[in-house]
Amino acid sequence: MIIIVLLIFISLCIAVFFLATYIWAVKSGQYDDTYSPGIRILLDDQVKKEEKSDSDEKRDITKLE
Amino acid sequence: MIEISGSETGQALKCYHCGEECDNELIKVDTRHFCCHGCKTVYEILSESGLTQYYQLEKNPGRSQKEKSKNTNFDFLDNTEIQQSLLSFSSDKFQNISLKLPAIHCSSCIWLLENLQMLREGILDVKVNFSKKEALISFNPKILSLKEVVLLLERIGYPPEINLRDKEGTGKNSEGKSLAVKMGVAGFCFGNIMLLSFPEYLGFTGEFTVELKFVFSYLSLLLALPVVFYCSRDYYLSAYKSLKSRFVNIDVPIALGITVLFLRSAYEIVSGTGIGYLDSLAGLLFFLLIGKWLQAKTYEGLSFERDYKSYFPISVTRINNGKPTHITLKEIGTGDRLHIRNNEIIPSDAKLLSNEAVIDYSFVNGESTPVSFHKGDYIFAGGREVGKGIDIEVIKKVSQSYLTQLWNNEVFRKVKENFKSLLINRISQYFTIIVLFIATTAAVSWYFIDVSQVWMVFTAVLIVACPCALVLSSPFTNGNVMQVFGRMSFYLKNSDIVEKLNEIDTIIFDKTGTITHNDKQELDYVGNSLDDQQLALIKKVVGNSMHPLSLAVYKGLSSIRDTVELDDYTEIPGRGICAKAGGHEIRIGSAEFTGLETGSPKQAFSQVHVMIDQMYFGYFNVGTSYRPGLKTLFKKLKGRYSILLLSGDSERDLETVAADYVDKNNVHFNQSPQNKLDFVKQLQLNGKKVLMIGDGLNDAGALRQSDIGIAVTDNVANFTPASDAILLGSNLKLLDRFLNFGQYAKKIVIASFILSFLYNLAGLGLAVTGYLEPIAAAILMPLSSISVVLFTTLTIQFEAKKRKMFVP
Repeated sequence: MIIIVLLIFISLCIAVFFLATYIWAVKSGQYDDTYSPGIRILLDDQVKKEEKSDSDEKRDITKLE
Repeated sequence: MIEISGSETGQALKCYHCGEECDNELIKVDTRHFCCHGCKTVYEILSESGLTQYYQLEKNPGRSQKEKSKNTNFDFLDNTEIQQSLLSFSSDKFQNISLKLPAIHCSSCIWLLENLQMLREGILDVKVNFSKKEALISFNPKILSLKEVVLLLERIGYPPEINLRDKEGTGKNSEGKSLAVKMGVAGFCFGNIMLLSFPEYLGFTGEFTVELKFVFSYLSLLLALPVVFYCSRDYYLSAYKSLKSRFVNIDVPIALGITVLFLRSAYEIVSGTGIGYLDSLAGLLFFLLIGKWLQAKTYEGLSFERDYKSYFPISVTRINNGKPTHITLKEIGTGDRLHIRNNEIIPSDAKLLSNEAVIDYSFVNGESTPVSFHKGDYIFAGGREVGKGIDIEVIKKVSQSYLTQLWNNEVFRKVKENFKSLLINRISQYFTIIVLFIATTAAVSWYFIDVSQVWMVFTAVLIVACPCALVLSSPFTNGNVMQVFGRMSFYLKNSDIVEKLNEIDTIIFDKTGTITHNDKQELDYVGNSLDDQQLALIKKVVGNSMHPLSLAVYKGLSSIRDTVELDDYTEIPGRGICAKAGGHEIRIGSAEFTGLETGSPKQAFSQVHVMIDQMYFGYFNVGTSYRPGLKTLFKKLKGRYSILLLSGDSERDLETVAADYVDKNNVHFNQSPQNKLDFVKQLQLNGKKVLMIGDGLNDAGALRQSDIGIAVTDNVANFTPASDAILLGSNLKLLDRFLNFGQYAKKIVIASFILSFLYNLAGLGLAVTGYLEPIAAAILMPLSSISVVLFTTLTIQFEAKKRKMFVP
């Protein structure tokens, strides 16, 4: 009997944790824009990679010098 | 008669930047064609920085640059005071600004803007909020000034909309967030209480059940507390407010139901007689809040509340002892000398100091042709200077000028609140009384049968009658309709507008910009045919003149290639132009000027006669261009609604309008903005429900006063006056379909009302006979809500598909 009560308390605690996470997500504005994050995940990398590899190369050159 | 229009030049060549048809093949880079130099420039800037991926993500992702941003002067951004009010964070090496970029519309936009640092050093980071069409830009002020950032955005085709008022409007967002949190909390409590109630519903028996039941029921009670005291706060407040104003809105029976549910459940748990109806309570709130959230949903990227302040520029150039300084509109005082550049807006009533000015008032008073002014003339605020830069002397302050006075009218101070007229609130009047009546009758009858049951039956009736499904009916139906309309570029401010759309019996149209195109004028040529070279001559000559008709002819000839140089040019004001070019002598102007007999003055007004080398060729007819497809719309609307036309324009087009659009008796010309407002008011006093459709500032008062005001615009990103809905101009011809669909939605709302009444009746049957077990309530309540939601959503979406209500 005590074990059921204990389990329920544990499960409630986990649920409260998720509720708190949800509230945090709402307050931090994650639901303000539901379109661009999905697009961003597909786009961002390519250009930044080029940029990075450019600067990496430069760094390599300076190292060589 | 020859039609001269740019779009009929053979095969359709699409602009690589914006996808619009190209008028000619001249503007190109490599193998790519562009419709205008603006688009080409954007392409060149991007390709230089290696950002051509912009064009691969989506096809023709740009926006046409033909109509460059009207206000290209951002000098005021050098003013530190203005800067401080716009920046959200500022330090020596880091500044942060949130800019509204109405041109954001696709994934390419996001990509380009978030890679802005590739384009210019000094930009640190850009984050786009797509639904708000905003970009949060961080930059280093030591490398790049705010003005340079804005100019960069403007050059690549994303002119920001800068507005000092925007800073104030942040309260709405936090309201939406608090609703989302409430929804989450209610959902959390609902799920957990339901789990805790299962053992009881499934009828577990055994040695531990008594203790378990005790723990479970108290846990449920604990979980119900935030639902009652936090999630349902809005309902209590609304019920209290409406009772205070002696009106029973739908929130009254809801608040009553919540209270009774909670008290009875608490009583049962504490007294140990049962487990109460807490899961029904939490579920009720969860569903109600979903409905409320749907109802509050709106188009964040659009603004429905703009007044003249968003139309006017933020700052103007004041000339102080010959030196220009930038001041904000508030600082303008009488007697100031202001410099107005081409395409800038006159901020206040003033006297013209320059020799000549050509001002376009179409947006302000509906007059379709630009007006010429001479030195010393009194000019009204709100017009756009289309000629060269001019100097003016301020006569009245901004807030006291002729145009802005309209906003002092009481209509603009009142909040458009007619919740009483909503169907749901009209029903709730009777609903509440009937429910209380049934509850009392049942309680009295039980008094004679079994006194101990009286209290139980009375509360059971109130619980079961809680109008949850009823409340969900219209938000879900209208929310779906709003979404369907949105797909066809008809954006409603909120879903209640759908319901109001059904009550309309009178439709008022504005003329200029609403049923006609604002910027486009139709150009017909009558006479002996002209070859390309002669047309080029004419184009060159009229291109030098600032006269409104010259401008119209020049625009109409935009597809003609420039080939000639001018040798000699004289303009005789009010008569015409005499010029020499390429060995030819050209006279362009009034009939009289080219040696013809004068026709009737009215006709002559819009005619430009051409004479080359002493030979008369013919004349251009500058006419109003009507939006296509409207004739059939007016025919369809005619029998069902009374249709009126109010225009600020002169009576010039009366014949055409009366013949094809509106009966002569219902056409009113020369209407001032105040006239329009009063006209609508008068109709309303006669019991009419008025739908006003307009586009300009001159319609602002009427749009506000009418039951529903729809602002028509050719580009949703442009300025529109405060209204209840925004409609894309090219879709105005679909108005009858929108109205018909609204009628259908009303039927669906009524059907779902009946459905939810049936559920209520079934529940009431159980309640009055004393058989309302918690499990019955727990099944009935979600079942009714979910079935109403499904019914409304499916029928609306299905009907939308059947009627082909998507992007035509």
